[in-house]
Amino acid sequence: MTSSLLPDGGGQSPVRFTRDDLPWLPWLEPVAEADLTDVQKTALVDKARVRSDYFRLLARAPAILEARTKTARDIFHNDAGGLPRAERELAATATSRVNGCIYCASVHARFAAHYSRRPGDIDRLLAQGPDADLGERWNALVAAAKAITATPSRFGAAEVTRLRKAGLDEGAIADLIQSAAFFNWANRLMLSLGGPVTSHPAPVSIPSDAPAIASGRPL
Amino acid sequence: MPLPPDVIGLLAGLRQGSAVDEIRAARPVARTEAQRSFQALFEPADPAGVSLVERLAVATFVAGLHADPASTLFYGARLAALAEGLSDLIAVQIGRGQTQGPYGGYPDGPLAAERQDGPRFRIGEPDAAGLGPRLAAALAHAHLLVFHPRDAGPEDLRKLTDAGFDANAIVTLSQLVAFLSFQVRTIQGFRVLAA
Repeated sequence: MTSSLLPDGGGQSPVRFTRDDLPWLPWLEPVAEADLTDVQKTALVDKARVRSDYFRLLARAPAILEARTKTARDIFHNDAGGLPRAERELAATATSRVNGCIYCASVHARFAAHYSRRPGDIDRLLAQGPDADLGERWNALVAAAKAITATPSRFGAAEVTRLRKAGLDEGAIADLIQSAAFFNWANRLMLSLGGPVTSHPAPVSIPSDAPAIASGRPL
Repeated sequence: MPLPPDVIGLLAGLRQGSAVDEIRAARPVARTEAQRSFQALFEPADPAGVSLVERLAVATFVAGLHADPASTLFYGARLAALAEGLSDLIAVQIGRGQTQGPYGGYPDGPLAAERQDGPRFRIGEPDAAGLGPRLAAALAHAHLLVFHPRDAGPEDLRKLTDAGFDANAIVTLSQLVAFLSFQVRTIQGFRVLAA
């Protein structure tokens, strides 16, 4: 039974938040690609995920993986009204920053920087945390994500009022709630079933004009 | 056609046709799949690896740590229906486990200044004997994930395997705690929005 625990891969943990593409190493053995059942393959939803250790590890419980992935897709990709994709990704990044999920923050900071075309502000959020000054609309979004991410939640009428003043309608606020809430799900899996490594513990210089979007590893 | 009732809508108190209920209709897949997530965890075709009583006990504990009475009552009532004595033991652990998160450590470097200390939840005797080693280990892991997930390490998974959880069961248990961290926040958020 303990044989499914993997030995330490020996990598260095990243010491700062970054938009770099970080490898993530599982601590528990993923299902081998050749051993995936049809049910597990279906649960991956996206075929490219057979190459991801993270998703093949989650495939050990396929029903909840499939429902999780479809929930996330609708929250982040459904473009019928609500919050712009860039700001749903901002909420994902802010939530990951508050919880301390360096891996999730790296992926969604790339998306947020790409869709918003504001990589400098995203880098400020990564470097300074949720109190960084990103302009009132983003400050309100980040503060709301931080309040939702507190356990117990501190999200209340004051946050809703500030979001409305910043120009969000009810559908946009609902998207913010679901985006931040979903990353409280995602962060806990990423943080507790494995971890990111870097072979570059030296200071990372973050390019501010050319966001690299990870292929096949959103959400 | 209205979507069928779901746990998030029920516990957030959203009446059919209310403003937030209408807004949720713009994300119908999220609503349906969040409910299917609940069903996958709490109405599983095969609860292999983690029994239904264990699932409901951990869920009641996690909802209680989030200080959401409606969610705690919802899972607690399901637990009490299957194992009445156990729900009293879980209530005791909810009381012991209260704190505020997220806290936790960071590696040496620029983030070290953001380290925030907080309790590591342990269940000693006689409580551990009442809960049994599996549930005691599951609750300790749940507390870690709820309040200071960035402190989790491979040694925490070893504690679960030592208590008798196999790899599939660890993934199920992790999903359960992580899902509730989403579900309760969504319930609380929609409740605020609807107020």
